[in-house]
Amino acid sequence: MELTFNLPGLETIEQRTVPLDSKTLYDVLIVGGGPAALTAAVYCMRKGVKTGLITLDVGGQVAETSTVENYMGYRHIEGISLVQRFKEQVEQFEIGFLQGYRATRVIDGNIKKVECEDGNLYQAKSIIITTGKRWRRLNVPGEAELTGKGVAYCAICDAPLFKDKDVIVVGGGNSAIEAAIDLAKLATSVTVVQLLPSLTADKVLIDELSKFTNVTILYEHEIKAIHGTSAVEAVTVHDIKNKKENTLSVQGIFIEIGLVPNTELVKNVVALNEYGEIIIDCSCRTSRPGIFAAGDVTSVPYKQIIIAAGEGAKAALSACDYVLTNK
Amino acid sequence: MALFDDKVKSQLSQLLSKIKNPIIINFFTQEIECPTCQTTHEFVQEIAGLNDKITLNVYDFLKNQDIAKEFGIDKIPAIIITDTHKNIKGLRFFGIPAGYEINSFITACLEVSGMAEPLPEAMISRIKKISKPIHIQVFVTLTCPYCPGAVATAHRLAIENPLITADMIESTTFTPLAVKHNVSSVPKVVINDIYEFVGAQPINVFLDMIEKI
Ligand SMILES: Cc1cc2nc3c(=O)[nH]c(=O)nc-3n(C[C@H](O)[C@H](O)[C@H](O)COP(=O)(O)OP(=O)(O)OC[C@H]3O[C@@H](n4cnc5c(N)ncnc54)[C@H](O)[C@@H]3O)c2cc1C
Repeated sequence: MELTFNLPGLETIEQRTVPLDSKTLYDVLIVGGGPAALTAAVYCMRKGVKTGLITLDVGGQVAETSTVENYMGYRHIEGISLVQRFKEQVEQFEIGFLQGYRATRVIDGNIKKVECEDGNLYQAKSIIITTGKRWRRLNVPGEAELTGKGVAYCAICDAPLFKDKDVIVVGGGNSAIEAAIDLAKLATSVTVVQLLPSLTADKVLIDELSKFTNVTILYEHEIKAIHGTSAVEAVTVHDIKNKKENTLSVQGIFIEIGLVPNTELVKNVVALNEYGEIIIDCSCRTSRPGIFAAGDVTSVPYKQIIIAAGEGAKAALSACDYVLTNK
Repeated sequence: MALFDDKVKSQLSQLLSKIKNPIIINFFTQEIECPTCQTTHEFVQEIAGLNDKITLNVYDFLKNQDIAKEFGIDKIPAIIITDTHKNIKGLRFFGIPAGYEINSFITACLEVSGMAEPLPEAMISRIKKISKPIHIQVFVTLTCPYCPGAVATAHRLAIENPLITADMIESTTFTPLAVKHNVSSVPKVVINDIYEFVGAQPINVFLDMIEKI
């Protein structure tokens, strides 16, 4: 057995965060806990404005990433190690912090309010939305019922559970092909189901995948339904060109078809684009004064950690400006 | 060959240097018919060698059945982290906590030593109110970056209430158990064999389910 130990490995700085308080009027309230949120938090605290942060988890998508090789300052770092470093940089400040609850609604006004799952309403003069993205669902019959029962979204997590099984990977981009490679090492067979006539993943990945003999790629096919009672048993695929349906007997289906923005909480509050992303200008301003947004949840092109962090910084500076000029 | 290279060793020492009160690593093993016991044995030995406040007690699953029973151990390799008075006995690991799980292992060591991060008052009183035995099984794989979070949450509950036992279970080591619970995504949390959910959920989700039992 080859063992690795994926440690963050560093000295922890004293933690100074305080619980978020529903009676306090914050200058800036940040929603989210990914690189955009955590960077915004550091900028706001250093500017000396009263800051709060609500997030479901710390790290966002970075906590799901195995290794990062394009965040400056680190040639190679584990996702969780980078998260740990971000977190420690935030925890040195007395920021109002609430983790583990979802913000459900943003209420606009002179004083803005954020409705939270914990039952409280938090108040601030300005808000920064950095709620990022989550895995896109296929929205086919069986998907929701069988999620966690053979329908999976995290290949690095769940691939070891599909040793000697037959699986499908849906998608043709980098995350799909990475998943197919991880699975091909263990599974009996891997069928990649791709809507387009070709794969869109990087060439290095496609070349690596082509080395496996247990992989089949179905181009111009789509998933119609996922079948099974307590676990996935079969999947119906539709051959678009030949207009034929076929049911494959598999025990797992990995859905790797990209991400959708978490914008439910600001629906009907700020303007969204056709992809459901929050439209921002180059100062991270949304369509509503005092509501700012940053990172993957926004219309900013290219979704990367370093971009989300940079955008978080910009949103924080814009929000601080807003608070100071609207005293 | 040592499991930890120099870099990992120095990182681990640094993390474990925050241990406050002495702790015991209770390890259950067996010489035969346990393919992963030997590596896990080396693992706990190397960990115990990193800090003076860690004592390692090694038990043979067959020969020390009385102690296995005291800890409620039904499979191996098993690690239970306790304080020296064994007041806290609910933080357990089945299978080797390598890969990402090294993080939940370190967290457990620090928490049992008295370094648990404080929880809000209201949360503590909810946990203390639990009056029935609760068994939380958290199924993981070693390549899952957010599984340690789920394990740490379950362990955090076990710190506050001795009626709560929380297990990390390495799914590929205990395949039949994982199959029994239909584990095909991790982390998968099973509470008293009745309630289950998939994903790293916050502590209040665990409590909502426990309170239904
Ligand atoms: C598998 C994978 C690998 C990747 N690899 C790389 C890479 O190598 N390099 C790179 O630069 N980028 C990579 N990316 C992209 C990068 O992770 C994202 O661009 C970046 O994390 C975006 O940051 P963010 O802060 O905008 O949002 P996210 O990281 O999505 O964080 C959103 C945060 O908001 C919280 N949240 C969401 N909704 C709510 C709500 N209603 N209430 C409260 N909190 C909420 C979430 O819990 C989360 O903490 C990868 C992404 C994935 C999925």
